[in-house]
Amino acid sequence: MWIYIVRRLVWIPVLIFFVSLVTFSLGRFGPGDPVVVMLGNRYEESTAERLRDELGLNRSFTIQYAEYMWGFFRGDFGESLRFRGRPVRDLIVPKMWVSAQLGFAAMVISVGIGLPMGFFIATRQGSWIDPALVAGSLFIMSIPVMVVAPALLWVGCLKLSWFPCSGWGGFFDSRLVIPAIVMGVPGIAGITRIMRASTLDVLGEDFIRTARAKGLSEWRVNSVHVFQNAMIPIVTILAFSFAGLIGGAFITETILGIPGIGRFAVDSIFDRDYPVIMAITLVGSMAFVVANLIADVAYAFIDPRIRLD
Amino acid sequence: MKLKPFMFISRIQISDQVLPRSIQRLLRKKIAIICILALILLYTCGVFAECVSPYGYTDQDYSSILQSPNSDHWAGTDRTGRDILTRTFWGVQNTLILTVVAMLTGGLIIGVTLGLLAGYMGGKTDGLIMRVGEIFASFPDILLVIILAATLRPRILELARWVEDNTAIEGIIRTGVVDYFVVSFALVAFGWVGMARLVRGQILALRETDYIEAARVIGASTNRILFMHLLPNCISVIIVTVSMGMGALTGTEIVLSWLGLGIQPPRPSLGTMLLGAGNIGTLRDTPWELLIPGLAAFIMVVAWNLLGDALSDALNPRTR
Repeated sequence: MWIYIVRRLVWIPVLIFFVSLVTFSLGRFGPGDPVVVMLGNRYEESTAERLRDELGLNRSFTIQYAEYMWGFFRGDFGESLRFRGRPVRDLIVPKMWVSAQLGFAAMVISVGIGLPMGFFIATRQGSWIDPALVAGSLFIMSIPVMVVAPALLWVGCLKLSWFPCSGWGGFFDSRLVIPAIVMGVPGIAGITRIMRASTLDVLGEDFIRTARAKGLSEWRVNSVHVFQNAMIPIVTILAFSFAGLIGGAFITETILGIPGIGRFAVDSIFDRDYPVIMAITLVGSMAFVVANLIADVAYAFIDPRIRLD
Repeated sequence: MKLKPFMFISRIQISDQVLPRSIQRLLRKKIAIICILALILLYTCGVFAECVSPYGYTDQDYSSILQSPNSDHWAGTDRTGRDILTRTFWGVQNTLILTVVAMLTGGLIIGVTLGLLAGYMGGKTDGLIMRVGEIFASFPDILLVIILAATLRPRILELARWVEDNTAIEGIIRTGVVDYFVVSFALVAFGWVGMARLVRGQILALRETDYIEAARVIGASTNRILFMHLLPNCISVIIVTVSMGMGALTGTEIVLSWLGLGIQPPRPSLGTMLLGAGNIGTLRDTPWELLIPGLAAFIMVVAWNLLGDALSDALNPRTR
């Protein structure tokens, strides 16, 4: 177990190294000279040359890469090219906070609806409601974000005027509702299915029969013995839904005008703001890798039958 | 003693019966039938867009701009008077080409082969393939696809221009081949990992079975074992993964073209149409622009996912 964790921990820097190398070389050998983008129509050969020197773009690839990574681990992600002179960290941290709040709201929706629903359909296995709800949740999950976001916007904001149309006002603002639904509802399907499978497993266990045999009420058996034990495997899927949230954030944030990290990433890719792209990719990948590790390890800790090796 | 290959013959006979039975089970599901029919209908409209669509995809009719659905334009027109239904059909065609190419190369050829090799060879080969896969999988995939598409396109355009200038070949860029290439490449880059992992898992279990042992004993070559004995037994996993994967690829392709990284205008793509229809101004004035392209995108993704679900029930009836 501990050996497994250590091995996974050793593997993380290797992953980060490759991820950063790929992103860095795509940035450096990719198209569009960042100096040209920065100078715009004030472009002159001599100014460009001086700027390249100043930014260190003339040095060899290895040195640039090493320097970047050295800075990265001290929390210095370089300077944005688009917003001249602003450190990338100051730019992305507030945006990540916005996205994190949105992601949390989405997660609350996925888990809050998915857990009870999975439990409910498992206890009614064999009736029509079971396959119908499983198919139904898959159905809802499959609606592309760029269809569902405008559709909700049209209904909720233009037709019914329940919510303001776009923007961001913090966690306790009605503008959070539409994006949270758009990003949270697709996650329901995954949670429902895992919860259903794991509830079915638990229902077949001996200790459930024992609980019933000693005369506990049906409600107590379900809530204390079944539900709590069935919740365990959900930890693993939370890491995956985290990855799904990153993907959904790009489009949702762009359509709904939320100043989060997804929208910022899209803008930066089009403006060839490589330091920002690098930082977002690296931080995103690191979060993703660590989330996966935590999920695997947590799974093994919670359920001692699982042996990792 | 002369070894008769009867065990393989009996094997093949079993799998001859397994497949029709699975198909029967599949056809008993109403959802599966509906999905198959919807996909056939939509893809037929896409493939034969040239004949089916009432207008050309660039035909602009300034006397009928921004019309709501009516008998001349069943899905309405956009702001330059182009027929939305026509453009949706062509968009479906583009999505179909790109996803099928990416699935054939990335999922089936690269993914299945690497999965087979990793599972059967084990050791260093396995380690290498799986570690590379893990690196690919540790990118948030959509970000990798976007970066690839955004950085590759200009490079490949440059290359195509160079070829046009220096050889007798003309009009590479005009045909839009470059766009197709960039998008399928970006989709392939992350499309193979899932397939390779699943196939490998299947192979790891099969590798130790008696019949593979027996095949090795009678001196079957590695190729023969891989493709004649192991591959047919992974077919059910592969079929389910292809169906689910087509749904995911369709979604990603639409995301790419939505971001302007897919097929370039004037060629229509579902993503660009949805982008145009999805902003607040257009929604306020002409909400129907979203309807038909949105429905087409939705049906493709939903049908593949539900079909994959039904397939996995039909092919593996034990794991319910």
